[in-house]
Amino acid sequence: MKKLTLPLSMEERRGLRAGEGVLLSGTVYTARDAAHKRLHEMILNGEELPFDLHEACIYYVGPTPATQGRPIGSAGPTTSSRMDPYTPELIHHGLRYMIGKGRRSEEVKEAIRQYDAIYFVTVGGAGALLSHCVKKRRMVAFEDLLAEAVTELYVEDFPCYVGIDRYGNDIYDEE
Amino acid sequence: MGKIREIDVSELIPLIRNACREMAMEYGCDIRDAIRQARETENERARSILDLLLQNAEIATSEQIPICQDTGMIIAFASVGQDVHFTGGSFQQALQEGVRQGYHDFALRASVVADPLYDRINTKDNTPAVIHTEITEGDKVQISLMAKGFGSENKSAVAMLTPADGEKGVIRFVLDTVKKAGPNACPPFIIGVGIGGTFEACALLSKKALLRPLQEKNSDVRYAALEDRLLQEVNALGIGPQGLHGVTTALKVQIEQMPTHIAGMPCAVNICCHVCRHAKVVI
Repeated sequence: MKKLTLPLSMEERRGLRAGEGVLLSGTVYTARDAAHKRLHEMILNGEELPFDLHEACIYYVGPTPATQGRPIGSAGPTTSSRMDPYTPELIHHGLRYMIGKGRRSEEVKEAIRQYDAIYFVTVGGAGALLSHCVKKRRMVAFEDLLAEAVTELYVEDFPCYVGIDRYGNDIYDEE
Repeated sequence: MGKIREIDVSELIPLIRNACREMAMEYGCDIRDAIRQARETENERARSILDLLLQNAEIATSEQIPICQDTGMIIAFASVGQDVHFTGGSFQQALQEGVRQGYHDFALRASVVADPLYDRINTKDNTPAVIHTEITEGDKVQISLMAKGFGSENKSAVAMLTPADGEKGVIRFVLDTVKKAGPNACPPFIIGVGIGGTFEACALLSKKALLRPLQEKNSDVRYAALEDRLLQEVNALGIGPQGLHGVTTALKVQIEQMPTHIAGMPCAVNICCHVCRHAKVVI
């Protein structure tokens, strides 16, 4: 598998093809349903976001609580399509990488093409294994949302496949 | 009439608490075996995903990290013998207390919101569990628990089929539901199918079907044959592990049936991801 460090260069992004396996390292932000709703409302209200979306990566995950000095509990992907109503706006505001599982809407695909973004997919129901790739975690915002809070993760060699590349090719449609 | 047996409801609490841990951390042996078998016939990428699931299960058990971060909403099917008299408080509250303690003590994810539509505020302890109670003969209490993840629950469906739809109608509905579930519901699936009863009864049957160990078939040979046929057709869809293509879209299809009305044939499909967690508590 190809090793990549976030944020990627434009050349790296353009070189990626749907279906390719990669090991990602770098900073990612956790956000799922409730956090997306809030981020989207903040954008609509012109408020400053709790983290910089420029070149950012969001991982759709709501982990279990951390135990015994571990940075995080079980931490596999949740279904990305529930975030579809909010995602084009986030991409428009700088988001470039997403990690999740499952299909995306045509609107998300179009935004990915337009902004050279990349959608990565990882393995659902493998949260114990994936938690080993998370080396550090820091609370960023919406602590009241518990598992749905926005946190900053530092991940190392996080296993993914390119789900939708910047040309709009989709791993779920390949033959 | 049998002699009345008194059961202090507090007996339930540690049993439910431990069942919550067990379900979150221990992958069923039947699922492990089914995945091992499935990997033999898979393409390279699908095999590597199945291997990762097996590796994940080992890490989960040895390090006591939940198999999946969605540790589910608890569903309890309680059969209470009619000769049982509960003492020491409320049966329902004791059951909820067991869930509360289990999710707190073993750092499982609180995934339940109090109001479904407006506030959606997390109850912070994964309660309330959904409780179905039936009265049976005897003096035993048996509680089958499930910790159901919602990636797959969201893709489940009910159809009010008609008698004329027949076996073909059931097959079409199951395949349509699986196609719609696709990669989002975390295949390989275990698929529970309920046929007959009423609108709500077939849905309950489809969920109860998920409790059956995978090596067991429906006791009626016709339904057992339909289970095999459905599995074959589901796997011919090519969705594969995690939707990344392959021949293992489901590990098993399990049907439960019951009497129904002359005018209908309700059918429910309860999709479960490969993390099909259930446990049984008997007092």
